[in-house]
Amino acid sequence: MNQVLTQIITLITTAISFGTVIMYGSLGEILTEKSGHLNLGVPGIMYLGGIGGLIGSFIYEMNAASPSPALCLIIALLSAVACSVLGGLIYSFLTITLRANQNVTGLTITILGSGAANFFGGSLSKLAGGVGQISVAVTSSAFRATQHLTDGLGAVDTLLFNYGFMVYLALLIAILMSLFLNRTSKGLNLRAVGENPATADAAGINVTRYKYLATCTGAAISGLGGLYYVMDYINGTWANDGNIEALGWLAVALVIFATWKPLRAIWGAFLFGALYWLYNYIPGLSRSSQQIFKMLPYVVTIIVLITVSLRHKKEDQPPSSLGLSYFREDR
Amino acid sequence: MLPAGGFAPPGICTLKEGMGLENISKVAPPEETAAAAERVPAVRMEGITKTFGPVTANDNVSLDIYNGEILSLLGENGSGKTTLMNMLSGIYYPDAGTISVNGKPVSIRSPKDAFDLHIGMIHQHFKLVNVLTAAENIILGLNEKFRLDLKGVRRSVAEICERYGFEIDPDKKVYDMSVSEKQTLEIVKVLYRGADILILDEPTAVLTPQETQRLFGVMRNMKADGKSIVIITHKLHEVMAISDRVAVLRKGAFVGSIATKDTDPQQLTDMMVGHAVTLNIDRPEPVNIRKCLEVENLSVVDIEGVTKLDSVSFTAYGGEILGVAGVSGSGQKELLEVIAGLQPARPGSSVIYTDMEGRTSSLLGKTPMEIKKLGVHLAFVPEDRLGMGLVGDLDIADNMLIRTYTDGSSMFVDMKKPRRLAEEIVHDFEVVTPGITTPVRKLSGGNVQKVLVGREISGKPSLLMSAYAVRGLDINTSYTIYRLMNEQKQRGAAVIYVGEDLDVLLELCDRILVLCAGKVSGIVDGRNTTKEQVGLMMTHLGLPEEAAE
Repeated sequence: MNQVLTQIITLITTAISFGTVIMYGSLGEILTEKSGHLNLGVPGIMYLGGIGGLIGSFIYEMNAASPSPALCLIIALLSAVACSVLGGLIYSFLTITLRANQNVTGLTITILGSGAANFFGGSLSKLAGGVGQISVAVTSSAFRATQHLTDGLGAVDTLLFNYGFMVYLALLIAILMSLFLNRTSKGLNLRAVGENPATADAAGINVTRYKYLATCTGAAISGLGGLYYVMDYINGTWANDGNIEALGWLAVALVIFATWKPLRAIWGAFLFGALYWLYNYIPGLSRSSQQIFKMLPYVVTIIVLITVSLRHKKEDQPPSSLGLSYFREDR
Repeated sequence: MLPAGGFAPPGICTLKEGMGLENISKVAPPEETAAAAERVPAVRMEGITKTFGPVTANDNVSLDIYNGEILSLLGENGSGKTTLMNMLSGIYYPDAGTISVNGKPVSIRSPKDAFDLHIGMIHQHFKLVNVLTAAENIILGLNEKFRLDLKGVRRSVAEICERYGFEIDPDKKVYDMSVSEKQTLEIVKVLYRGADILILDEPTAVLTPQETQRLFGVMRNMKADGKSIVIITHKLHEVMAISDRVAVLRKGAFVGSIATKDTDPQQLTDMMVGHAVTLNIDRPEPVNIRKCLEVENLSVVDIEGVTKLDSVSFTAYGGEILGVAGVSGSGQKELLEVIAGLQPARPGSSVIYTDMEGRTSSLLGKTPMEIKKLGVHLAFVPEDRLGMGLVGDLDIADNMLIRTYTDGSSMFVDMKKPRRLAEEIVHDFEVVTPGITTPVRKLSGGNVQKVLVGREISGKPSLLMSAYAVRGLDINTSYTIYRLMNEQKQRGAAVIYVGEDLDVLLELCDRILVLCAGKVSGIVDGRNTTKEQVGLMMTHLGLPEEAAE
């Protein structure tokens, strides 16, 4: 009995760490899509965020005699945000200013992001002296530091307080984003831009500015997902295994699962994590049947798509002008 | 540039008979009376020019709008009415010319600038966000407070409603609203922003006569409140009913302005078109009537389970025009689509077609291709011209091919006939196009419709169905369409004409089927029924006493 409980607790904590990576990707994409832009470059941007943070802290830790953990955190966060916003800017310029096709541009950003990240990951390995030798120990432990409450809470403590600060940051971002979208004038304006940019424009909203800000802020949030993966999930190293891309696509699926609502993305992310790792806890699986379990998050996304389409509730639909470019003087 | 005060005040006719377009386009309203100097116009537009690529939408237009007046802006399609007003509301920026508001020169670069100058426009295609509530739509873009203050909005909306006689529920979602509610919301939105100059772009196009009367009442209240109102329309009887002054544009140029009391529909039409036009729609007496289509007990339920048509029964005869009237969304679209084989009907429905030789066949449950193979010459001009009628990215000739590509037995498609047909249509209907290889989406609305109607009637149909065939078309093109409908009727085709302008329906159609929420409210004779009776039947099921034959 106790063993089952331990297993459940392990599954939940695994699901929460794993879910946090995709929650970041997903929250960023929700903000972007609320402005009417479908950025399929999320995996690429998560790559950029991950490698950006790694490069920043790697250079700092290499050159500082005794790196300060606080500075490590700041440098990693800033460089991750800078690199992912750069990706977001490229996407914004192409799709908002030049009105390029959003799907094509997004996929290009994914290819660009993963290519660039793996290229620089290789360079870092060389600098570090070989594959798997990259280590940013100080930064990583700063990211992984946990703040346990008083002892004696046992399982509850493990469940709630066993994570680095970025898990809680993700929850905070989700709640703030939900408040922003639903309770503020600016949030209302952003929703209007994604629903009907011509209307928003006629109402005096600067459509281009909202689109740029939402897309770039969204990219920054998505990029944090890559950073969390690199610094916390795989302990501050670089793995050339394509995992970030797989996580990025899960994040895109999660946007649909959450029906474009940040709060739903929270439990959706944890559910995706639990489904993805469920195979570890089911005895007697072969390597190939494990893969079937990794499919589950996509299966539930398809189920959600089907139910949402059948119920046809207007509030659960994607922003009406998602994927369409807006040009005021179009006749 | 003319000196300030040199413009004609309202009430002065500036039309000179027989003036050619060349002369008029260069001439602003003449500088006649000095009395005008005392009255500063609320808005003065001088020498406004706007081009889109090679097309000149407005050419040196000058226009004054005064406080406390209702000005009708009249003109055919593509005469630049909406473009001109869009420059006042900040959607477009003029290439040349100046705009002054209350005597001060201004530069309106965005809709926000327009709001700041108290100019508000109610666009023809509503600028509303469907998933938001009325209140949310009203404060969109205002950023009065960081936190959304919907309570404050509700209060102000209630005040505005009381002052002008509106009715609106601030918490209703836009997707649940009727067209007339949406329009009310648009007007309240503009008033909430403190507009003193209101521009309404074809506000009555989608309203029933009763709703139009209510709108006019509100407009008169606003005028009494000192606001300036510009109404864009091409319905002349409305111009006569509501406005104090009429300004006419033709092909982007200003023709003149005239006090409404000094003019009549005939003169206005002549100004608009540039030459004399007769305003009567022919209605030849039906001859050789034969039964063509018998619809019985037709019911349609859409995918969401909503009943769109409920036990509809009627007969359409070859040699007559059967009009279909109804508030938009009363089942008109479904009715035509079921007959055309595009929608399934409920069991128990029957649609029987009788051909020239008297053979009957059921059209239900057949695809459009099967219906064609039955030998039914069915022509369909759908409401959605570029979605269902034509392929926007294909050229005129290829769009002809869509009807004929299965003809013949060769594996290659015959391109010659469609090309010849395209050339005939362009020539016969005076389609304005660079050539038959131009993609149809690049044509203007009226020309698109001519291409579509031309193709549909080229097959010599025995049943011609059209939905809102003249929607958005100017007077000239509309009359061409009415003429074509009459030609088909005289050829012996059964014509089903779904329309929204009751005046036209009553002048053109032999009988009118009135739909009310998917049910047949009654079938009346077009010759001895009034607009009010039809309007009542559209909103209340059943024949009013006097209209019953």
